[in-house]
Amino acid sequence: MTSDLPGPDGARAATEVVARASYGKLVAYLSARTRNVAAAEDALAEAFAAALTDWPRKGIPGKPEAWLLAVARRKEIDAGRRRHTGDAATAELRQIADELAAAAAAPADIPDERLALMFACAHPAIDPAIRAPLILQTILGFDAATIASAFLVAPTTMGQRLVRAKQKISTAGIPFRLPERTDMTERLEAVLDAVYAIYTEGWTDPAGTEARRRDLAEEGIWLGRLMAALLPNEPEALGLLALMLYAEARRGARRNERGEYVPLAEQDTAKWNPGLIAEAEAVLHRSGALGQPGRYQIEAAIQSAHVVRRRAGRSDWAAIERLYDLLWALTRSPVVAINRAVAIAETRGPSAGLLALDSLAADTRLKEYQPYWAARAELLNRSGASDDADRAYEIAIGLEQDPVVRDFLQRRRASARVT
Amino acid sequence: MGPRDDDEEPSMKYLLLIYMDEAQARAAAAAKPDENKMMPAYTAYTEALKQAGVLLGGERLQFSSNATTVRVANGKNQVLNGPYAETKEQLGGFYMIDVPDLDSALAWAARCPGASHGIMEVRPVWPMVP
Repeated sequence: MTSDLPGPDGARAATEVVARASYGKLVAYLSARTRNVAAAEDALAEAFAAALTDWPRKGIPGKPEAWLLAVARRKEIDAGRRRHTGDAATAELRQIADELAAAAAAPADIPDERLALMFACAHPAIDPAIRAPLILQTILGFDAATIASAFLVAPTTMGQRLVRAKQKISTAGIPFRLPERTDMTERLEAVLDAVYAIYTEGWTDPAGTEARRRDLAEEGIWLGRLMAALLPNEPEALGLLALMLYAEARRGARRNERGEYVPLAEQDTAKWNPGLIAEAEAVLHRSGALGQPGRYQIEAAIQSAHVVRRRAGRSDWAAIERLYDLLWALTRSPVVAINRAVAIAETRGPSAGLLALDSLAADTRLKEYQPYWAARAELLNRSGASDDADRAYEIAIGLEQDPVVRDFLQRRRASARVT
Repeated sequence: MGPRDDDEEPSMKYLLLIYMDEAQARAAAAAKPDENKMMPAYTAYTEALKQAGVLLGGERLQFSSNATTVRVANGKNQVLNGPYAETKEQLGGFYMIDVPDLDSALAWAARCPGASHGIMEVRPVWPMVP
C-alpha cells in the first residue's frame, strides 16, 4: 500500500495510469485461453469500476495489475455462474477458481500476451477494415464511439462490426499465439498495417485541431514501440516504428505561423523534432543490421533521405529515387509510382517526371486521386505548360477534402498563373 | 502467476468443404486410372490426416447432376432435380477434422489436393451441449 491515501481524483488518475499501461495486457491474458475477448472486456470493465470505489478508501494496491486481474477473474466466475447452471459448469468454475488463487498467491509478473492478441485481431480470417479498430479496442480500451468518429463510421455500425469480429475470434477458433515461422512475414505485415492505419488516421488531421485524431497518432506510435519491444528481431516492426517517428518529427512543421499547409519540400527544418529524428535513425539502423529489407524499412529510409536536408540543405533525391524503385517493385502501388515520378523530376528534370506520370494515366484509380493531379500540376508548371498545369490544379482542388490543403493548392494555382 | 494449464489442448471440429469446377473434375474422372493423379493425392492426404489423429470423417460426393433438392412448403413436398445452386464450382467432397484452432484447420485445408484444383471452405462446427 502507498503511505498516503489518495482522494477520489488521485485514485481516478492512478486507475487511468494503470489502465493505460495494463488494459491490453489484462484483456490479452484474460482472453488468451478462452478466446472470449468480449467476456474479458466486460470483466475488466467491472474490475476498473471496483478500483474507482475501492482505491480512494483503501489506497492503491502495491500490485495494481494483480489486483485488477483477481477482481476480473471473480467477475468472470460470477458471469459464468449466470450463464451456466448445473454440473456442466463446475469443472470450468473450479479451473477459474484455481487460477484466481494462483493469481492472488504468486507475485510474479503477468505474462504479456498482447502480441498474441494483436495477431488474433489481425488474423486473415478477420475483415481487414476492422483490424485496426479491433486493436484500438482490445489493446487500448477505446470505446466504439471514439473509434467510429476517428474512422468516419456511424457509432452503431462500428459497434456491430467490433462485436461480430470478437464473435468470430471465439467461434472460428482463431488462436492467440505467434504465427508459425512460415506465416510470420505475412501475418506480421497485417498487424503492422493495422498499427500504421491507426497512426495515419491520426496523421490525416494536418490542422491538429481534432484532439481525438492527434491521440490516435500517439497511440499508433505507442503500439509501434510495443511491437518493436516485443519483436526486436523483426526488421519490419522496427521499420514501421522508424517511419512513424520520422513522420511525427515533422508534425509541427506541416503548418506555418498563419496555419497554412506546408509541403515536405518547403518545411522549415528547424521545426523538425531532433529527438524523434535521432530515435528514428537509431531504430532504422537497427532494422538495417538485420538484413531483410521490407516495405516499412524502405519507407523509413525515404524519410531518412529527406531528413538529410537538415544538414545538406537538400534532400538526397538520388537515394529517394532508388528507394522508390525498390518500393515500386515490392508493392506496385500507384501511390508509390506518383512519388517516384516526383523524385525523377528532381534528379532528371520535370519532363522525365511527367513521362513517368504519363505511364500511370491508364490506372483509373488515379483519376480521383488528388496527389496525382497535384503532382502533375507541379511538374507541368515547372516545364512551362501553364495551361495544362492550371487544369490539373483545378482537378486536384476539386478532389481535396481538407480545406487547408485546398487553400494551399489554390495559392499554388494562382502563383502558377502569374509566372 | 503460476504456470498456465496448457496440458489440455483446446479441441475444435471443423468441416473442410471442397468446392471444384465440375467440368474439370469430370474430365479427370474420365481419364485412365494410371493417368489420374488426383486419386493418389487424396489417398495420401487422407492417410496424413489419420496419422495426425485429427480425422473424424470424410467422403467424396457424386457430381451435382445426381443431386436432388427437397423442401416442404405449405405442407407439400417440393422435389427438384439438381443442386441447391447452379454454380460453376460445386461441393465435391468434405472432411471433418478435430484440431486445436483455426490456424491448424487452415493448414490442413491448404494441404488438401482440393486447395490446388478448387477452393476449400473451412467452417467451425456449432458445438452441441449434450
